[in-house]
Amino acid sequence: MKKDSLKSWFKSGAPGVWISGGAVSIAVIMTIGLLSVIAVRGLAHFWPADLIQASYNVPGQANHIVIGEVVQKEEVPLARLKGAGLPVPDNGPEFMTRELIKVGNRDLNGSDFTWVVGDWLVDQQKPVDLIALERREWGNFYGYLVSVKENGKVVAEGQAAWNELQARLKRAAGLAGELQKLEKKDIGAINHGLERLRLQARKLELQGKLTPVAQADMDAERAELNNRYKAIEDRLGKLHQDFSRDSLVARDGNGREVEINLDKVVHAYQPNAMNNFTKLGTYFAKVWEFLSDDPREANTEGGIFPAIFGTVMMTLIMAVIVTPFGVLAAVYLREYARQGPVTRLIRIAVNNLAGVPAIVYGVFGLGFFVYVLGGSLDHLFFPEALPAPTLGTPGLLWASLTLALLAVPVVIVATEEGLARIPRTVREGSLALGATKAETLWKIVLPMASPAMMTGMILAVARAAGEVAPLMLVGVVKLAPSLPVDGNYPYLHLDQKIMHLGFHIYDVGFQSPNVEAARPLVYATALLLVMVIATLNLSAVWIRNHLREKYKALDS
Amino acid sequence: MQHESHTHGIDMSALGRTKQSLQLADETVAIEVPGLSLFYGEKQALFDVSLNIPKQRVTAFIGPSGCGKSTLLRTFNRMNDLVDGCRVEGAINLDGNNIYRKGEDVAELRRRVGMVFQKPNPFPKTIYENVVYGLRIQGINKKRVLDEAVEWALKGAALWEEVKDRLHDSALGLSGGQQQRLVIARTIAVEPEVLLLDEPCSALDPISTLKVEELIYELKSKYTIVIVTHNMQQAARVSDYTAFMYMGKLVEYGDTDTLFTNPAKKQTEDYITGRYG
Repeated sequence: MKKDSLKSWFKSGAPGVWISGGAVSIAVIMTIGLLSVIAVRGLAHFWPADLIQASYNVPGQANHIVIGEVVQKEEVPLARLKGAGLPVPDNGPEFMTRELIKVGNRDLNGSDFTWVVGDWLVDQQKPVDLIALERREWGNFYGYLVSVKENGKVVAEGQAAWNELQARLKRAAGLAGELQKLEKKDIGAINHGLERLRLQARKLELQGKLTPVAQADMDAERAELNNRYKAIEDRLGKLHQDFSRDSLVARDGNGREVEINLDKVVHAYQPNAMNNFTKLGTYFAKVWEFLSDDPREANTEGGIFPAIFGTVMMTLIMAVIVTPFGVLAAVYLREYARQGPVTRLIRIAVNNLAGVPAIVYGVFGLGFFVYVLGGSLDHLFFPEALPAPTLGTPGLLWASLTLALLAVPVVIVATEEGLARIPRTVREGSLALGATKAETLWKIVLPMASPAMMTGMILAVARAAGEVAPLMLVGVVKLAPSLPVDGNYPYLHLDQKIMHLGFHIYDVGFQSPNVEAARPLVYATALLLVMVIATLNLSAVWIRNHLREKYKALDS
Repeated sequence: MQHESHTHGIDMSALGRTKQSLQLADETVAIEVPGLSLFYGEKQALFDVSLNIPKQRVTAFIGPSGCGKSTLLRTFNRMNDLVDGCRVEGAINLDGNNIYRKGEDVAELRRRVGMVFQKPNPFPKTIYENVVYGLRIQGINKKRVLDEAVEWALKGAALWEEVKDRLHDSALGLSGGQQQRLVIARTIAVEPEVLLLDEPCSALDPISTLKVEELIYELKSKYTIVIVTHNMQQAARVSDYTAFMYMGKLVEYGDTDTLFTNPAKKQTEDYITGRYG
């Protein structure tokens, strides 16, 4: 009886439903888990956490005061602590709490983070007047504000100092923006102009056309640029002087005083004095800074805007290259090529191309695109810059091309499937009206297959945007001095090296001099990479659905 | 009801048709097939078919499935060229010129010999763009010319009243019968000489079928029409001449009345009386 019911249970298909449903659940749980882990770890980093002040009493050593934020707590076996040389009691509990505290003040302490044993951390309190300073160098500072100075003279002390500091920081931030604009944009443009003149002179020299007239023209232009540079330099000097006018004196937990110039301070806040609402404001300001600023301190602080920009730029250029290329190949394979063993072989080869490891494409890109293609183009079009390579060095163009090559099979396959699905009757309808094959293809078939092409592009973007390995060889760097798009002719600099979110994760996570500081950034960057790819994909999906609605296939 | 005169059931009188005695020998020839064989690879599909399609008359091809009637129809605008391994022996003369001669402009031929298919196949464009598609292909882009063509083609296909207010809506929103009439409008918009209809009503409901049949009757005065049909009643209703085909051979060809009432061949009689097919 029991056996029968089991049998009929199997026959009913219920186990299949349960197993397949379970597979879906596991997939969903894993996706949500992945996203929430990186989201929680990444986003928590920007929260202005409370600062604690405590006395750290290690048995047998002098007490000292610790100020900082608790980053992590973990239970550690006693034996391990003992092995680390800590004076733990022999008959203590089996496990002890160990806390990672971000103490900042790298200039005073030598490192930002310190591990402490929780039991020895006594007299914990959260003084309201503790300040946290985000600095352009040496990481964060935690401590007490003593006074604010202008040109070395104290202008405010005690309670008044904090408000004075806020006002003066605002002024400094304005100056910083102005300085950055001058240094990056104006001087950048002048340098660009000088370089252009140098190349022009060299070109004329190579062609043997360097006449005294041309030389004089260029000299005049160069003098003009130099004059402009002089003017800017003067202004810069003045601005720098203004910028470094103010300073603050602060005291750390153990009474050591430091003077910090305000041109080194990015933000100052008193986390213990803030309520959740003001903290939220600071939080979003920090998230925005992360999204929009340039990185500082070997990528461990500041923002990652250049990496976002580089990733999006590279992916877009890749999509612009790969889509027409893949569509044309698919059209030939499906519409024009005689279907036979050769076509089949090509199709198999294309499909297998999709399975080649990405790093292989990187090697190919470096060997062929960069050295052979770029090198030849340099000899043909940029001989004046040699021996410095223009295109014969890794850069945005080659990174995009390499990714395009990597993603072209998915476009071909998706487009071919789309073409195969166009009903024969519609093609015949067009031909029967006197359209040629090409006209039919152009006016009927390709528009109807456009959703499939978009699907191919979506898959290509998804594949390419997350790729890192080949990019390390063909154009992505740790820190790019400028964005590939700027105000200098030709505006889009395809030869420039770029930053990339995927590579940034690798660099910050594994190549960083300050691992503890970088760890939350790895998560935040990973989250951002996922979001950038999702945004690119969703916009492509949106376009595709729009097209699909327009060309929805005839109900067959 | 918009067409109150056409709402009764389908029978011969529904088409308001007056019987006249027709004689194939007296007709002007539009398409002359002096002897045509067609092969799909090794397999022969048409065996030395000879017949003349009369001008401005409706000629029906009937026969059981696979008898080659659609294949024969598709040779008239060389639609069979699209089939891999299809080979034609013999000739087809349209206005005295062999359409299978070397250097024939197939696109131009298909403009002159329009075709409507079994399943309505409007393009995924607006009604307007469907009708002017053939004209745009010919490079006609003047709005006034196109507007006029749309109106008379849709009127010619008895669709104007139903769609004149939504010319710029998608053609895919029309009903099956409307779609088929749209396809006919699209075909006559390029002013062909011959209209080939390949089972144009097989996917339509009876009311739509009636409308298309009426339309065929009206179009006859301007176009030479060749229709392939599975439906013998339809052939009897709409055609002036009927050809019965069997196994790739033309069995009997003559005026419709004679063929249906007094067939000369036993095979024809068996088929039209429903003994096979």
